[in-house]
Amino acid sequence: MYDGGKIIVGLIIGIGLFLFPFFYNAGTAAKAPAPELTAKAKEAKVCVAEKPYITKSHFVLLDEWRNSSVRDGERYYKAFNGKIYYKSLQVTCVECHSNKTKFCDQCHNYMSVVPYCWDCHIVPEEKK
Amino acid sequence: MGVDRREFLKIAGYAALFGLGGKAAIDILSPGELEAAMEGIPLTKGKRWSMVIDMRKCLKKQAAGKDGCKECIIACHREHNVPDWGNPKHAIKWIWQDKYEHVFPDHPNQFIDEGVRHKPFILLCNHCVNPPCVRVCPTKATFKRASDGIVSMDMHRCIGCRFCMAACPYGSRSFNWGNPRKAPKELNPDYPTNRAYPERSKGVVEKCNFCVELVSKGELPACVQACDKIKVHALNFGDLDTPESNVRKLLREHYTIRRKPALGTEPNLFYII
Repeated sequence: MYDGGKIIVGLIIGIGLFLFPFFYNAGTAAKAPAPELTAKAKEAKVCVAEKPYITKSHFVLLDEWRNSSVRDGERYYKAFNGKIYYKSLQVTCVECHSNKTKFCDQCHNYMSVVPYCWDCHIVPEEKK
Repeated sequence: MGVDRREFLKIAGYAALFGLGGKAAIDILSPGELEAAMEGIPLTKGKRWSMVIDMRKCLKKQAAGKDGCKECIIACHREHNVPDWGNPKHAIKWIWQDKYEHVFPDHPNQFIDEGVRHKPFILLCNHCVNPPCVRVCPTKATFKRASDGIVSMDMHRCIGCRFCMAACPYGSRSFNWGNPRKAPKELNPDYPTNRAYPERSKGVVEKCNFCVELVSKGELPACVQACDKIKVHALNFGDLDTPESNVRKLLREHYTIRRKPALGTEPNLFYII
């Protein structure tokens, strides 16, 4: 191999540079924020679906809600436990989860997702 | 009408529950009962919602006040968070007024009756049987509900192309040139007026939705409620598909006209002159 030493040194420097961010940031990962429940949400104990589903797929449910209520006029949702809810982010969801900054925004910021729900739907008033 | 005493009391009871209780009523009723209750309310069962506007009553009321009467317009705009931009070019029209000559351009008459000449008529979306706005919408954001004939908007889908505005022969659609939230504060001091109804974002088209959100709960549209509240009863909302409905009765008993019928859109709004 011609110039073997140079190539190997170059490779080591290159790989080192490439891996530098990983070593530099190791162990400093921000902790995943836990959404904070309001007193009212804690008291209710159950959401409109089971918790694992809500945590993972609440946006799927909201998307279904918006399509079926706006387009098909089906405005009531029968939950897994047989309870009936009015399908509305702005009325039903927010009634319990009235702490948008601590409940919605924390995780959305952490995951860097920017849902446009609140461009039109009115944000619940929060006490400071 | 096939409603006996027992049936009537049931309907009245459920209507009161919905009116007073709102969500509390939903909690009281166990599953299954809600659907049954919904069926008990005759208003939710319309197949072809329509409105008969008695302009004689409306104009009489308008002539009585110094600045006319704008109760229906105020009520609608409060219900749907429609801001006042202060600029007629940016006005968002759900329900509005215009002169007789502009409303019925196909009834030209140089020597028209003084009773209607230049008089302000109440206008809103006609919820046409053949809505041209629906036909041109490239994203199906606007659609005609097969169940009750309301021409509705899905704001989530609107891309703001404004084809529908060009297609609508009645000017019933308005474009949001700015974010309603940023409407001038001095003109809209208590905006948003209804925290249970969303606003719109900049760049979507909006229109009268015949108060789908109220009708689904068995209530009358906001404008009709407002007109009934001041005991004018000029706006009459009902189902055209039921022969014994209030609107059909009015249509049987009065001569009514519609806006631009020659276009074949089949408006569901009727005016008693």
